[in-house]
Amino acid sequence: MPWDRNKMAERAAQELEDGMYVNLGIGIPTLVANYVGDKDITLQSENGMLGMGPFPYEGEEDPDLINAGKQTITELSRTAYFDSAMSFGMIRGGKIAAAILGAMEVAENGDLANWMIPGKLVKGMGGAMDLVAGVKKVVVVMDHTNKHGDSKLLKECTLPLTGKGVVDRIITNLGVLDVVEGGLRIVETADGVTEDDIRAATEATLV
Amino acid sequence: MKKVYGSAAEALDGLLADGMLIAAGGFGLCGIPELLLEAIRDSGVKDLTFASNNAGVDDFGIGILLQTRQVKKMMSSYVGENAEFMRQYLSGELELEFNPQGTLAERMRAGGCGIPGFYTKTGVGTVIAEGKEHKDFDGETYILERGIFADLSIVKAWKADDTGNLVFRKTARNFNPPAAMCGKVCVAEVEEIVPRGSLDPDHIHLPGIYVHRLIQGEHEKRIEQRTVRKREDA
Repeated sequence: MPWDRNKMAERAAQELEDGMYVNLGIGIPTLVANYVGDKDITLQSENGMLGMGPFPYEGEEDPDLINAGKQTITELSRTAYFDSAMSFGMIRGGKIAAAILGAMEVAENGDLANWMIPGKLVKGMGGAMDLVAGVKKVVVVMDHTNKHGDSKLLKECTLPLTGKGVVDRIITNLGVLDVVEGGLRIVETADGVTEDDIRAATEATLV
Repeated sequence: MKKVYGSAAEALDGLLADGMLIAAGGFGLCGIPELLLEAIRDSGVKDLTFASNNAGVDDFGIGILLQTRQVKKMMSSYVGENAEFMRQYLSGELELEFNPQGTLAERMRAGGCGIPGFYTKTGVGTVIAEGKEHKDFDGETYILERGIFADLSIVKAWKADDTGNLVFRKTARNFNPPAAMCGKVCVAEVEEIVPRGSLDPDHIHLPGIYVHRLIQGEHEKRIEQRTVRKREDA
């Protein structure tokens, strides 16, 4: 059985170590926060906050307190606020230990595409290019194939890049792969998935 | 030198000109200078370029200036929440320069600090790097990004004293300090102007040297994505 969204998030949470400052993207990466357990993890929201708390209870929403997805959130006892220049200063400066992001395509050399599809409405890259260029470790969480069954792990990205050679690890519904010299290496398979299953679903070179 | 003005229109008097570059604070609809944007709309000034992370929504924030066709160009990182923006952009009426969010913030900060350019890894190998100077430092490639020197800055803070010292609240700080820094003139709107001496000098987020004019007003503070969790039964 391949992993579902929650299993992928649970697996991604294993990438996080006690004491880390981490930035989580939108979608499955957001679910990772549910699986950090006892680990002391501080979440960054790149609009200017460390120590992001859960969504507020109804009636306690504060228009001055939102996350990078513009959703209302809450603060914690450890929270610190700062401006956007400092926020991206800590990202660009390598102070954020890891970013967990979704993606449309990842190439075997670590190239990442997750911000635009030519011909479709372009909304912008937001902070994605800064994050992948700046944080220490970039972990991509995504389905192994697209809705047509085509591999999203490619020899070369076909979409415009968010960053070049930036991805360290990929967690898909089929398993975990690392970007290494010469291609991708299978690190782990999902329950009931074989390495052959991953090979069959992967266009990128596996080493 | 008196910094406090009676209204947004008075505070902007003599500062607006067609074709100018305005740096605006705010992230999404959070911490945007909503009163100054309304006054800019009412002034009728046109062909404006805005350096602003987002472009508001159709009827709030910079969106109100798009409705009246007063904006010529946006320098932004994300513009997805605005249908009129997309219509004007796709029809070629509106120019758009995408900036990675951190690059935009640093371009403002740099401009405010007298730094005309800086090198960053952000965007190397992407469309953002096209046409920009590349330079290697210690084996890594960086691109040159330019500081932004705006004609006018408009920002929103929580509290100010009459000398323009500003205090922001929670994530409404966002782009406001770097946007304030990079303008030749900065006008700030706040929820409350408090008496001199009542702000703790150690708790000022942006010193009044960056703020030239100031108004107090009522803010709508619209929420873009209201998200809540259920209370668990006790």
